[in-house]
Amino acid sequence: MSADALAAPAAQFPDAAGHFGRFGGRFVPEALVAALDELGAAHRAAMADEQFRAEFDALLRDYAGTPSLLYEAHRFSARAGARVLLKREDLNHTGAHKVRNVLGQALLTRRMGKKRVIAETGAGQHGVATATAAALFDLDCVVYMGQVDTERQALNVARMRMLGATVVPVTNGSRTLKDAMNEAMRDWVANVDDTHYLIGTAAGPDPFPRLVRDFVRGIGDEARAQCLELTGALPDAITACVGGGSNALGIFHAFTDDPQVRLYGFEAGGEGVATGRHAASITGGSAGVLHGTRTYVLQDADGQTQESHSISAGLDYPGVGPEHAWLHDTGRASYRPVTDAEAMAAFELLCRTEGIIPAIESAHALAGTLAVAGELAAELGRQPTIVVNLSGRGDKDVHTAGEYFGILDKE
Amino acid sequence: MSERSRIGVVFDKARADGRALLVGCMPAGFPTVEGSIAAMKTMIAAGVDVIELEIPYSDPVMDGPVIQRASGIALAGGVRTRDALRIVEEVAATGAPVAAMTYWNPIEQYGVDAFARDLAAAGGTGMVTPDLIPDEADEWLAASDAYGLDRTFLVAPSSTDERLAMTVAHCRGFVYATALMGVTGARAQISQAAPVLVSRVRAVTDLPVGVGLGVGTGAQAAAVAGYADAVIVGSALIRCLLDAPDQESGLSALRAVSAELAEGVRNPTP
Repeated sequence: MSADALAAPAAQFPDAAGHFGRFGGRFVPEALVAALDELGAAHRAAMADEQFRAEFDALLRDYAGTPSLLYEAHRFSARAGARVLLKREDLNHTGAHKVRNVLGQALLTRRMGKKRVIAETGAGQHGVATATAAALFDLDCVVYMGQVDTERQALNVARMRMLGATVVPVTNGSRTLKDAMNEAMRDWVANVDDTHYLIGTAAGPDPFPRLVRDFVRGIGDEARAQCLELTGALPDAITACVGGGSNALGIFHAFTDDPQVRLYGFEAGGEGVATGRHAASITGGSAGVLHGTRTYVLQDADGQTQESHSISAGLDYPGVGPEHAWLHDTGRASYRPVTDAEAMAAFELLCRTEGIIPAIESAHALAGTLAVAGELAAELGRQPTIVVNLSGRGDKDVHTAGEYFGILDKE
Repeated sequence: MSERSRIGVVFDKARADGRALLVGCMPAGFPTVEGSIAAMKTMIAAGVDVIELEIPYSDPVMDGPVIQRASGIALAGGVRTRDALRIVEEVAATGAPVAAMTYWNPIEQYGVDAFARDLAAAGGTGMVTPDLIPDEADEWLAASDAYGLDRTFLVAPSSTDERLAMTVAHCRGFVYATALMGVTGARAQISQAAPVLVSRVRAVTDLPVGVGLGVGTGAQAAAVAGYADAVIVGSALIRCLLDAPDQESGLSALRAVSAELAEGVRNPTP
């Protein structure tokens, strides 16, 4: 990578063909290229269209409940040794940052004149969000979900069905998120004329990484203004969990041109990166091609995708959005693994100190915050201010967490 | 490197004979490495002209259920990319052209230049790349030139005229026209979009055009042979082995279906 590329502001990326340095691009069947071109053009035109932006903003405000609060977590701060501000995306309609992405893409779907959306989902959060937007916009909706996940997330399957979506259990491969994504791609190749693939994270072929980023970047824009108002200064660090990475990109983006603001992405370390049972694509994987993009991938020496492992279904994916791969290579953001055990300890701490049950995904960001607070304090010589993206709420995780902590009553 | 690709000579002969070529696809290492070699040799003996050897991949998004299952069995059996190259070598020794068909990540991990070198050394004619478009193919363009390998990119009914011309301009050997919008797998009816797509390709190139996706019977093969230079069949052949109780009956079914398809391409429906 040239020094110029490193110095260029992140907003100039990706390039016209969707590359973030050596990452990104399009590794797709030719049959999809026309649809990706159409989507890219629609996205560019929409972003330049004041009416579209106004409609998106109004939906986010009146329907999704944004801007989400920036809440100073005093008791958690005392334990962390940092001034911790929580970006409360868990309070959005449907319970996570994902509603921003699905509303943006649903508006684009309507703009392109398409009547049907398909989506992949792991834990079911993106599926529920997509089904929600489809109901609101009167779109047909099919959600692909690995059979393993439909069984462990039965409540979310019921939610999607209540909202009018068809849920298709995927029975091939490892029967989890990556296979649901394969199946959604196959559906899309066959039905691309009338169907939009409403992808759930800032991954996949261009233009998905950039358009998803644009729809979720309000998280960081809001947090930046809120932090300035609350503290009179920018934060010292931003922390977020990274699976595919949309919530992290959403909060990072407003700060990428502020070099004094450190950006931390926390990957799912599962049982520990050294054990091989993890979902840390950047810290434990290598560069490769998966699901239409070049990025960091968990793979064997022959390029076969390896299964990921995490207590958090939303982070349980063997790839990562290409912009994160690039932010890692340029050094602008730091990526570190957080184990299941560390995440669950932070989960419990937030419950007990703040009365907030976080998503287990977001608990990885909380655990990472606890880990870097001391380093930052030592480096700065004062108490650091850290904005944590609390990307989702933990209602969906009550069963998993209850089992983990052994607090469920026996039958 | 010569301008005329090795496979081009085979196409020339078929054209002179007034027939199309039959390209048969089989995953490397399915059901085992030795089993796949036996299957490919059986196909050739029964009249398949060109072998398209698919390198199994964990996430084959262009493939339907039959090839997914077969690839999964091959991978579960432990097949490696280097095994695929050995299979190429054994099958190419029969004299039939063998092209590799592969998703991009296994090649990128092997090393693009190294794979091209080893594929050429094994006697392979080139590569069909279902998820690599010319826009991302700089390394492969250079490596295929260096080792004299064919490049078969896919064109689709949805390709614009501009993209179709660009894609075809980067092909060497033959062009792969995907007959329908969808994944691999035999279908009751061949798409009406296929003849239109083939004539669009012919408007911009003299390269032979193969049609794939959905062909499963001799009659369908004859119909496609009426307008295309090659009929590409995968799932209908692979299914013979998947459905069979043992290897012998599988190879017997494979022989019969190969022969039926070979008869079809030799008697094009006008």
